[in-house]
Amino acid sequence: MAEIRLQGITKIFDKKVRAVDEVDLTIADREFMVLLGPSGCGKTTLMRMIAGLEYPEHGRVSIGNRDVTDLPPRRRDISMVFQSYAVFPHLTVFDNVAFGLRMKNIAKAEIKRRVEGAAELVQLGPYLERYPAQLSGGQRQRVAVARAIVMEPAVLLMDEPLSNLDALLRLNFRAELKRLVGELKTTTIYVTHDQVEAMSLGDRIAVMREGRIVQCGTPMEIYDRPANRFVGGFIGSPPMNFLSGRIERSNGHLQVGLGDQMLTVPATLGGRTAGEVLVGIRAENIEAEAAPAEGAIAARTEVVEPLGSHLLVTAAVGDQKLKIQARTDFPARPDAPLWLRPEPDKLRWFDPESGQEIDAR
Amino acid sequence: MKGQRLGWAPYALLLPSLVFLAVFFAAPMVQAFGLAFQNDAGNWSLESWRTMFADAQFREALVTTLILIVILIPVQFVLAMAMALVINARLKWSGLWLYIYAIPLGISELAAGIIWFAIFTQQGWLNSILEGLGILDRPYIFLNYQNPAWLISAVVLAEAWRATSIIMIILVAGLQGIPRDFFEAADVFGATSWQKVRRVILPMLRPSVQVALILRTILAFQAFAVVIALAGGGLTVLSSEAYRWYSDYRDSHVAAAYAGFILMLSVVSTILFLWLLPVREEQQG
Ligand SMILES: Nc1ncnc2c1ncn2[C@@H]1O[C@H](COP(=O)(O)OP(=O)(O)O)[C@@H](O)[C@H]1O
Ligand SMILES: [Mg+2]
Repeated sequence: MAEIRLQGITKIFDKKVRAVDEVDLTIADREFMVLLGPSGCGKTTLMRMIAGLEYPEHGRVSIGNRDVTDLPPRRRDISMVFQSYAVFPHLTVFDNVAFGLRMKNIAKAEIKRRVEGAAELVQLGPYLERYPAQLSGGQRQRVAVARAIVMEPAVLLMDEPLSNLDALLRLNFRAELKRLVGELKTTTIYVTHDQVEAMSLGDRIAVMREGRIVQCGTPMEIYDRPANRFVGGFIGSPPMNFLSGRIERSNGHLQVGLGDQMLTVPATLGGRTAGEVLVGIRAENIEAEAAPAEGAIAARTEVVEPLGSHLLVTAAVGDQKLKIQARTDFPARPDAPLWLRPEPDKLRWFDPESGQEIDAR
Repeated sequence: MKGQRLGWAPYALLLPSLVFLAVFFAAPMVQAFGLAFQNDAGNWSLESWRTMFADAQFREALVTTLILIVILIPVQFVLAMAMALVINARLKWSGLWLYIYAIPLGISELAAGIIWFAIFTQQGWLNSILEGLGILDRPYIFLNYQNPAWLISAVVLAEAWRATSIIMIILVAGLQGIPRDFFEAADVFGATSWQKVRRVILPMLRPSVQVALILRTILAFQAFAVVIALAGGGLTVLSSEAYRWYSDYRDSHVAAAYAGFILMLSVVSTILFLWLLPVREEQQG
C-alpha cells in the first residue's frame, strides 16, 4: 500500500528561483497521477524530490505512511524512468534490467526469471544480449521502463518518458504504457508537458504553473471545469475560447454583453451583478449556423481549417476571436457571416482580474 | 559533419603538427635507434645492447623502475579517482579544490624533487618538525644510501605529489562527460557509493582511465629529475643510467640503447593496457 503524501514541499534554487512552491498533494494507493504543466514549471523538480534526488527547502514527503524526506533514493522503494532513459551503455539489456535487483543481492535464478518477465512485458525478449548502442530509441525507452518495473516498486516515477520518441511511436507507446501500468497497479507519478498524454493516461491530473499546483482533478473535471483561465488555455486543442463581456441587468435578468450582442447567463454569476467578466467556451461546445437564428450570436468567418474529422473555424465576434469546431459539411467561407449558438451549460465564467473561475452553478 | 566533403582542408590543418612531430620527435628517435644499433666504428652491431644487459647497474635500474611503477600507478590512480570524485560531486568549494590539486602541475620535475629534498634532508622540515614535537632527539637521515626503502618511499611520495593531478585532470574531464542521469539512475536503483563507482563510474570512465594509465606509466618509465634530486646516485633508474652512460662514460651508443629499451617498455605497457581495458564501440553511449 503506497499512498504518497506531500506536505508544503518547497524547493528554492540559487536562493531565489522558487522551482516548487508550497505543494500539497496526496496520491492514492495505485493511482496514476500526472503532473502537467508548461516547461520550467517545476514538474521535474517535484518528482526528483519524491525520488530523493533533490532535497526540499522545507516540507515533508511520505510514501505509504513512512516519512522518507531524509532517506536516500535507494531506501524509498521507488523506481524511475528518466527522460533521457539513462540506460547504462556498458551493460547489455539483460544487465541493465537486472541492475537494481543485483544491488539488492537477489538470487541469480530469481533475477533471471524477473528480468525475462519484465522484458516480455515490454517486448524486449529477443534483445536481452544486445548493448543499448545496438537498439533504436524506442527500444532503449523500453529498457528504461523494464528496468523500473522489474523492481516491483511501491512507487513508479516517470519523467516525460515519451518525449524523445517520434509522433507515431509516442502514440503507440502511450496506449502500451497505459495497459502496462494498469496491469501492474503500482502507484505512479508521470510528468509531462503534453496535455493529450496527460488526459489519456491519468486517473488524475495535477496542473502546475510556476511551482504551484493550480488544479488537481480527473481529466474530465479539468477539461470541463478549468479552475482558472490558465488551465482552460493550457488543456485542450484548440484551447478554450475566452471572450470578455460586460454584466448587465435588464428587466430582472442578468445578461452578458459581447459588444452589442447579448448572451443569456445562469441565474446567478457568483453574486455579481455588474462589471467585466470573462466567458470561457470550448470549440466543440459552439454550434455554427449559416443563417440567423433565435438567440444566436452574429459573427464573421476568418479562417477555415479542414482537419478531416471536422472543420476548425476561426471566427470574430466584434473584435474578439474564437475557434469553433464545425461539421465538415458546414458551408464555411472566409469573410462569410455565421451565427454561433454556445451550449448554455458549457459556458464557464472567469474573473477578468484574477483569472479564477466564478462558480455560476 | 557526416557525409560532408572536406577535401584537403583537414590535411592542411594537420600539416604543422605533423612537421613538428617529424622534426623534433621522429627524426631524433630514428637517430637514437641508429646509435643504439651501431658501434663506435659506425658498423651495425648489437654490442651496446650486450654492454647494457651485462652492466651491473642494469638490473638494479630496471628493478627500481618497475618497483616505482608498481607502487606509483595504483596509489596515484586511487588518489586521483578520489580527488576527481570530490570535484565532480560539485560540493561547495569544489572548484577551489581543482585549483589546489592542480598546483603541482605548474612546478617543474626538478623543482618538485628539490622541494621534497628540502623536506627529507638532514636539516629539512620533516626532521625539524619531528624534533620540535619531541619525537626525535636528533635528526634522522632519511635519504641514506644504505636505506633504499626510504629513498624509494621519498621518490614515490614526490612523484605522487607531482603527477597525481595529471591523472586527476584526465579523470575529471571524463567524469564531466558522463551525464548526471547515469549516476542518479544508479542511486535510484539501489547502488551504494562504492557500487556506484565500481559498477557505473569506472566502466563508463574506461576510455579516460585507459588514457590516464598509459600516460602515467610512460611518464614513470622516464622518471629522472626527481630521482636525481632526492637520491643522487643512491638510487638508479633506467633513465638515470642512460644519462650516466652519456655524460660519465661518454658512450652515446649504450645511452641510446637504454633510451630504446625504455621506449620498448612503454610500447609494451601501452599494448598491455589497450588489451586489458578494451574500449568496445557498442559499449559506449
Ligand atoms: N539544478 C538547478 N539549479 C538551478 N535551477 C534549477 C535547477 N533545476 C531546475 N531549476 C529551475 O527550476 C525551475 C523548474 O525546473 P524543472 O523542474 O526542470 O521544470 P519542468 O520539469 O517543469 O520543465 C526552472 O526555472 C529551472 O530553471
Ligand atoms: Mg522536466
